[in-house]
Amino acid sequence: MEKNNLKGWLYLIPAVLFLGVFMVYPLIDVFIYSFEEGYNSASQTYFGVGMYNYEYVLHDPYFLQAVKNTFILVIITVPLSTGLALLISVGLSSIQKLRNLFQTVYFLPYVTNTLAVGLVFMILFEKTPYTEGLVNLIINWFGGESVDFITGPYWAKMFVLCFYTVWVVLPFKILILTSALASVKQELYNAARVDGTPKWRIFWRITMPMISPTVFYLVITGFIGAFKAYSDAVALFGTDLNAAEMNTIVGYVYDMLYGTGGGYPSFASAAAIILFAIVLTITCINLLISKKHVHY
Amino acid sequence: MAEKNEYSRLEKAARTRQSVQNAVVYTLLGFWAVMVLFPFYWMVLTSLKSYSAYNAEYIPKLFTLNPTLENYANAFTAVPLADYFLNTLIFTVITTAVMLAVTVLAAFAFARLDFKGKDLVFTLFLALMMIPNELVVITNFVTITELDLRNTFSGLILPSVTSVFYIYLLKENFAQVPDELYYAAKVDGTSDWRYLMRVMVPICKPTLVTIAILKVIECWNSYVWPRLITDDEAYFLVSNGIQSIRESGFGRENIPAMMAAVVSISVPLIVLFLVFREKIMEGVSRGGTKG
Repeated sequence: MEKNNLKGWLYLIPAVLFLGVFMVYPLIDVFIYSFEEGYNSASQTYFGVGMYNYEYVLHDPYFLQAVKNTFILVIITVPLSTGLALLISVGLSSIQKLRNLFQTVYFLPYVTNTLAVGLVFMILFEKTPYTEGLVNLIINWFGGESVDFITGPYWAKMFVLCFYTVWVVLPFKILILTSALASVKQELYNAARVDGTPKWRIFWRITMPMISPTVFYLVITGFIGAFKAYSDAVALFGTDLNAAEMNTIVGYVYDMLYGTGGGYPSFASAAAIILFAIVLTITCINLLISKKHVHY
Repeated sequence: MAEKNEYSRLEKAARTRQSVQNAVVYTLLGFWAVMVLFPFYWMVLTSLKSYSAYNAEYIPKLFTLNPTLENYANAFTAVPLADYFLNTLIFTVITTAVMLAVTVLAAFAFARLDFKGKDLVFTLFLALMMIPNELVVITNFVTITELDLRNTFSGLILPSVTSVFYIYLLKENFAQVPDELYYAAKVDGTSDWRYLMRVMVPICKPTLVTIAILKVIECWNSYVWPRLITDDEAYFLVSNGIQSIRESGFGRENIPAMMAAVVSISVPLIVLFLVFREKIMEGVSRGGTKG
């Protein structure tokens, strides 16, 4: 292949331009913003350089609330969705009839608009003066008390948020796990069956080790995705998440940037960098754990 | 004789165990299928109930005997839902088209051409895949605001174009095209550009289609960036539209009209999915991320 420097770069120009302006430059800039104290977006001036933005954000009760919510959401939904996806995928791969149909149905939430379907969840869970809502009706059937899941107590709201999040993230996990299960070599199963190995033992000794890289991949991407939760919460509780006590870290970033309390890119940057640091740390821990437990 | 009885008894026990297990599995799978489908059923059902009928139901009914389409008429007249659709369509088509052009050119440069600094740039590109959107959105917001592009299609589209991952995916696919084809084309005096358009693109069409569909889904559902960059209703996409409908649109209580809007927004993507089911699922398992 002859070297043709000019031509190669010519083909790359559009991509480099777009990435440079909208990814590389912002990436550097966000760190600069986060250290500029008292930045004013109207006059584009600032007082000094230092850690004040971080200090402010870390002492902001709204931010602490957002961190708490995000962590609860992550800790509940990641194991739950991964476990459920595993259960469903194992079930799926053990049947022949209706398998395609089930797979298609399970994938549907992936291709729906999170904001739009969130509204449906809202009316299913909501309790208004006009109607109890369907979920409360079911609770009443079983002899429970009605709960207002949308504007009511904290844990009721958190429950709906977790439920909706799991509903939204499952399609991706089921899809990935089903294809991982399909790629486990059939000979391994046949050999085990000839030896008369019980089913649960086959699962723990053959299936799990073979798909463990995929499971860890899902756990890692699951953590990253759950830490960035935002639109699910907006869909359920509206844009004023601080008032609903349901804000997430990403929501805090956007509120700081623009919105009712907005106009503070420096605070937004500091919060975004704190989020990035958290995600990076958790991902590294995950990778360390997976090194010990994953069989390649 | 006794031995044979023993054998058939064992066989029968095994068969019973198998069918019990099947019943458990199908119940579990069926249960989750209902959980997935129910919200869709509920939105269609509610959108078909008339406003007065819906509000008269203190205890919601699971079916309706008098379906009406008035909510759909309402959804398209009381709020500018048709405009939101048009905006989303324009946004999706242009973003996807520009993304495809940029991606094809860059992937070709990485896969087929040789130039100084190629490996370094490619490594940098890969590193960019790890950068979360939340980190760059702040400066992009400021940039677009300073360029006076808020509430314009350019402002919506420009930062949404680039997808490093798709460049990577297509580059891998381009690299699988045998070198012989390239040399043969060179001998015939075909230019690189012509070779790309006449040979590479047709051969890799399946990957291009997959990338395009994934981008369309992403565009149709995008919410955060459009919300930041538009506050003029004339430029709302469907996600922002549905949010503003929720907060002010029909008056909070007209749930059936709201659901009619939700159904209208969901249908195009569901149809797209049912038509391209295999392609979408394959594409997502190769590189989709969400959740």
